[in-house]
Amino acid sequence: MSTALLIVQILNGLQLGVLLFLIAAGLTLVFGVMNFINLAHGVQYMLGAYLAVTFYAVTESFLLATVLALVATLAFALVLELAVFRQLYDRDHLDHVIATFGIILFLNHGVKLVWGAAPLSLPIPQALSGSVRLADGLLYPWWRLVIIAAGLGTAGALHALIMHTRIGMLIRAGATHGTMVSALGVNIRRLFTLIFGLGAMLAGFAGIMIAPILSVEPGMGDSVLILAFVVIVVGGIGSVRGAFAAALVIGLVDTLGRSFCVDILRLMMGPSPARTIGPAIASMLIYLLMAGVLYFRPTGLFPAAGR
Amino acid sequence: MKLVYRIFAIAAVLALAFSAAQAQDKDKLSIGLIATLSGPPAVLGQQLRNGFSLALKSLRGKLGGRDVDIVVVDDELKPDVAITKVKALVERDKVEFVVGPIFSNILQAIMKPVTEAGVILISPNAGTSNFAGKECNPNFFVTSYQNDQVFAVSGKYAQDSGIRKVFLMAPNYQAGRDALAGFKSAFKGEIADEVYVPLNQLDYAAELSRIAAAKPDAVYVFLPGGMGINFVKQFRQAGLADKVTFLSAFTVDEATLPAQQDAAVGFFGAANWAPDLDTPQNKAFVSAYEQEYGAVPATYAFQSYDAALLIDSAVRQLHGDLSNKAALRAALMKADFKSLRGNFSFNRNHYPIQDFYLVKVAKRPDGKYQTQIVKKIFENDADPHARDCPMQ
Repeated sequence: MSTALLIVQILNGLQLGVLLFLIAAGLTLVFGVMNFINLAHGVQYMLGAYLAVTFYAVTESFLLATVLALVATLAFALVLELAVFRQLYDRDHLDHVIATFGIILFLNHGVKLVWGAAPLSLPIPQALSGSVRLADGLLYPWWRLVIIAAGLGTAGALHALIMHTRIGMLIRAGATHGTMVSALGVNIRRLFTLIFGLGAMLAGFAGIMIAPILSVEPGMGDSVLILAFVVIVVGGIGSVRGAFAAALVIGLVDTLGRSFCVDILRLMMGPSPARTIGPAIASMLIYLLMAGVLYFRPTGLFPAAGR
Repeated sequence: MKLVYRIFAIAAVLALAFSAAQAQDKDKLSIGLIATLSGPPAVLGQQLRNGFSLALKSLRGKLGGRDVDIVVVDDELKPDVAITKVKALVERDKVEFVVGPIFSNILQAIMKPVTEAGVILISPNAGTSNFAGKECNPNFFVTSYQNDQVFAVSGKYAQDSGIRKVFLMAPNYQAGRDALAGFKSAFKGEIADEVYVPLNQLDYAAELSRIAAAKPDAVYVFLPGGMGINFVKQFRQAGLADKVTFLSAFTVDEATLPAQQDAAVGFFGAANWAPDLDTPQNKAFVSAYEQEYGAVPATYAFQSYDAALLIDSAVRQLHGDLSNKAALRAALMKADFKSLRGNFSFNRNHYPIQDFYLVKVAKRPDGKYQTQIVKKIFENDADPHARDCPMQ
């Protein structure tokens, strides 16, 4: 277990972390500000990836495809908000869950009808397709570094938006004193639509960034959705800062656990039982972490103010 | 009085319906096709369905001289759903054969309901070790392979080609453990490490870093479906493809290649067939399949095609009369058809004895991707479980 390997695994953990953050940020905003559980958030991630593949086929430029896919994801999210979600805000959480779960089924199948069941792929932009040498024999793909940079950049921009702009102020105020904000003459419905669109776009962005690494297939959003929920629960529901910290912690714990669990267990027991128990423990780690956080800090690591 | 009329009317309708059903029973051969046709693995199920339809088309819509009624059902990759649907095939549609499924866990679920009703089950893909050994079944035939045979191909090749140090990886479930055990049964060199990942893991960054650090001569992976698509792309992106030989089972095939594309070129797999296998029937099959469905056929399609030929040969021998089940089983057992793969006969556990090849991914001049045969690794290979099968 050399230092170089440890550094690479930390980078891998960071990359998973920022990806989870992009997805969880929208989820936590929508849940925190609008008190709305949106299971269909993972679908936006899937749509981002699919749209990027389609636009790439048309434009043959990754950058252009990204921009177009982001716009299309935003437009789709707004249509979805207007047509479906708007009717649900005043209902209770069970209705949210059922309706948005229905949307998952509907859109997963829709994607299959439009793009087919076969997995698609998006190539990495040529200039970024190589890898960088970190140590002897240890290469790290440029594209994963790009994901880390893009994720950290987005996190910074989001922080600036929420802490230093008027819209951000309204978002923060809406999260804690929604009725009051509304009484002061702010169109809270429009604010909700804006937040919803922003969150969906971030998830779509995550989908676009990961599409060159993973296969683009129907239902790809469902597995990340569960991780995103773990992130927002650990971070504190409604708190973007919490989502950021929790996403990085979970990304690191999951990656390091997966790569070193067996080695650590081997110090205590024979190689054969270590190989059997190690992977099982590694895949439980993040849920154990969540259980621990919920036990000691039921509101999460960085609870949003007023909750 | 009215009530009496009504009862008569209903009875008359029922009688008509019954006689119609029986009439249909007599002149049409009824076959149920069960495959996974929803979710991401639907690509595999579609290959199965297409292969069977193509065989039927090439036989002018008849099997063994009888008209055919095909009922296609989707198992949704859920064992409970599969049980309900095969029961409907057997009890309501009165099928004489069930062809399917793709996945082993579905096979485990539908085995009893189909075979205990006296219906013949032909698996064009799933071939688990339990049904090859102790639990072998007279009404169950396999046109694919027993998984362990495919797993051993890469191990044998690594052993014979001077590869010294191999890194093994598979999902953490029974088939994954079998895959690595199968490789190790034929490979006696150094194992750099053995890694089990959660089933359906998508990102392999952590494992790839370990492979890079371990510096093996080769990796051997069993990552079927979406897992393999992701791993292959990331393996190439990590810059390992030039340094480490890529050996695999069920990880690179024509069902996954449209998504893996250039990333998989030059990677090795193992199979009982490849689209470029040089038999005249196979050439005709591959070009007909590509023309009809716009995709390169994978093993699922060809094994399903063979299943249709097998049924055709048995029904023909019996002149269409399937009332004697023992005679039907004997006719199937003869495997009196020209398999697309060449050598083919049934072992006493009703699994095939056939050749296995090391295959390699290549890009064709027309831009499509396919696996191509590199060399024959096993000839007329019988699976090791047949000796545990009590059938004679």
